[in-house]
Amino acid sequence: MMKVVEGSYAVAHAAMCCSPDVVSAYPITPQTHIVEHLSQMVADGELDAEFLTVDSEFSALSVLVGASAMGARCYSSTTSQGLALMYEVLYNVSGLRMPVVMTVANRALGAPLNIWNDQQDSVGARDVGWLQLYVENVQEAVDTTPQAYKIAEDMGILTPIMVCMDGFILTHVYEPVELLDKEKVAGFLPAFKPEYVLDPANPKTIGAFADPSTYTEFRYLQFDAQQKALAKIEAVAKEFQETFGRTFGGLIDTYQAEDAEIVLVTMGSVIGTIKDAIDEMRAEGIKVGLVKVRSYRPFPVQALRKALKDAGVIAVIEKDVSIGNEAGLVTDLKAAFYNSKIRTPIIGFTAGLGGRDITVKDIRKITEKASAARKGIESEFEFLDLRTEILP
Amino acid sequence: MQNLLAPGHRACAGCSMPTVVRLVLDAAGPNTIVVSPTSCLEVTTTPFPESAWCVPWLHSLFENAAAVASGVEIALKRFHKDANVLVIGGDGSTFDIGMGSNSGMFERGHKVTYVCYDNEAYMNTGVQRSGSTPFCAHTTTTPSGEISLGNPRPKKDMPAIALAHRVPYVATASVAYPVDLRRKVKKAIETQGPSYIQVNAPCITGWTFDAGKTVEIARLAVETGLWPLFEYVNGQLTEVKKVRRPKPVEDYLKSQGRYRHLFKKPGGTEVLKQIQAMADANISKYCLVD
Amino acid sequence: MSKVKAIEFVEPGSTQITKTGAWRTFVPRIDQKKCIKCSLCEIYCPESSVHQVKDPISGDLIFDIDLNYCKGCGICEHECPRHAIKLELEEK
Repeated sequence: MMKVVEGSYAVAHAAMCCSPDVVSAYPITPQTHIVEHLSQMVADGELDAEFLTVDSEFSALSVLVGASAMGARCYSSTTSQGLALMYEVLYNVSGLRMPVVMTVANRALGAPLNIWNDQQDSVGARDVGWLQLYVENVQEAVDTTPQAYKIAEDMGILTPIMVCMDGFILTHVYEPVELLDKEKVAGFLPAFKPEYVLDPANPKTIGAFADPSTYTEFRYLQFDAQQKALAKIEAVAKEFQETFGRTFGGLIDTYQAEDAEIVLVTMGSVIGTIKDAIDEMRAEGIKVGLVKVRSYRPFPVQALRKALKDAGVIAVIEKDVSIGNEAGLVTDLKAAFYNSKIRTPIIGFTAGLGGRDITVKDIRKITEKASAARKGIESEFEFLDLRTEILP
Repeated sequence: MQNLLAPGHRACAGCSMPTVVRLVLDAAGPNTIVVSPTSCLEVTTTPFPESAWCVPWLHSLFENAAAVASGVEIALKRFHKDANVLVIGGDGSTFDIGMGSNSGMFERGHKVTYVCYDNEAYMNTGVQRSGSTPFCAHTTTTPSGEISLGNPRPKKDMPAIALAHRVPYVATASVAYPVDLRRKVKKAIETQGPSYIQVNAPCITGWTFDAGKTVEIARLAVETGLWPLFEYVNGQLTEVKKVRRPKPVEDYLKSQGRYRHLFKKPGGTEVLKQIQAMADANISKYCLVD
Repeated sequence: MSKVKAIEFVEPGSTQITKTGAWRTFVPRIDQKKCIKCSLCEIYCPESSVHQVKDPISGDLIFDIDLNYCKGCGICEHECPRHAIKLELEEK
């Protein structure tokens, strides 16, 4: 049954349905509503979990290191400055192979201080060893949460996951959502049974230091696990579809992409706007389509090569910038094609930084620029919605 | 004595830290889970693929041991299991970088026993000043020099900070008083809620003395009144180790290279008086002399 | 070299494969006649290397130093209340 709820409530409800043992919480806008809803569920006896309000995001994730080492299923959520404060622990959780699931309510990073949405926070953390799935709407955020646990807890993967949802745009929106059924989720997501935990009856050491003779191998095994996650993400999305009857794609998803001459590539909630723009342009006879990157880490190189091999031109739209060299997704996409036969022109746009709206008009502008780029690239990368009139 | 810390670890010959840990584990027993921050202890006891620990042990980062231990403790609760949860870490993580995490663990009231082996500087990185470094000690970042007499600040009062959090069991201990240390660890782990024990742990390389003198120097710290052995239960001072005839602080300071400059440089005599005043203040505050 | 697994679970007490006795310059010798079995040497030894063992001849409980690990720090010599332990330059 569809219910009109706030995005944060829907995600909190989805996390509750996954029966976490330990939830840690620290308030930061626009993530706060998620942990507020979870704490209310604990207060009402709806969620049976250890719920801990801690002194910082740094401690929020650190607490989960201890709980995960005990075999607990762990959940937390954060954003922006909070994710940045966790940075050191992010590497630790992935290096210790702890299958923590964390919702990232994507938000801009300061300075200047800005509480609104972009994806600089998680894209900037692409190399920390976590899997990253980006969702386009609240329903996908809900559905991806149990999928994330199933992927993370796979014994061949054992890697933490960020479920990235655009802050405010998805966390604070009220829209009709099919909430999950806890019993049904329990059938889809089996209990987590780690190989070893901290146990006085079998006293292992966890977190020994590795010297140059073994460090590379630990990193390689993490790399290998992410490669294995490519197939797992697809399989889990299919299995979810079979059980719940919904899918938003596995590694990627497409919209009107089959015969598209111009293909837009992006992640997150801007997809809704892009689909509207595509519908408009298609009605006008413009052959434009969309490839959505759902899994940014692992980066689905083969899936993207396959989906984009017939495109005439590719335009990447993303809410992040790698200050000093274009932006994350466009760089990764170009790298994915370099050793393939694909020689399609690729242009990149950064847009929607710090909460600036990306409109249908903006998407049309990108499509026009992409169309022109087929005859020769004028600008490889640009700030789409730059207000030149207020620049010095 | 139970040996829950195996030999073969890489601590310096004469290091007090393994003895502190052996005594702590002997008192806590095998039904114990230890979390350690990054430290000399961590690097000397767990070079992959080896570990000296005979109890389950977890290392995460330098500044989060108390938060990690909080997670271990709530998971024990969640799974209806019972074990002692200990943090064993140095003063750098305890006094400085892990302070926020410690404050959170204390304030939330986790049943965790935090043991700080206090060697009064960042020894693992090569003897840099920490918030625990005593007044006028020479370290590599507070060196004595033409115009400096070493660390310009007195040692941070960590037990008072723990007490301000209403930590129900707070004590100081010393490697030179093993019976006292073991008794305090036992009391700490029986406490409902957090407990904090700060153990004086001389470092041969950082303090500069001959390896065999480790215990003697720790004993001198107590006998001069510079390291009072006390115990607070529920905020009340319940016990102190009496010092029959306090020795002059010079006896303690002279035994270590880190104070050598105080006996050579102009101004040193004045500092010695100030340090004696600190010892006298302890003697009076804790009624160390009958 | 042992194999690396995805998660580095390390076996308890496994540093024992490393014989730190090789670090030693001076070696402690216990004069059993002077020993009063106070066990301070066992308590203070940072290497967990002093053990109570049964003397193979007399059958008495005596203290013995495991030279596989003893680093020769001299704490036992320094702390022995009866001066029953002496450090000697070790001939290797």
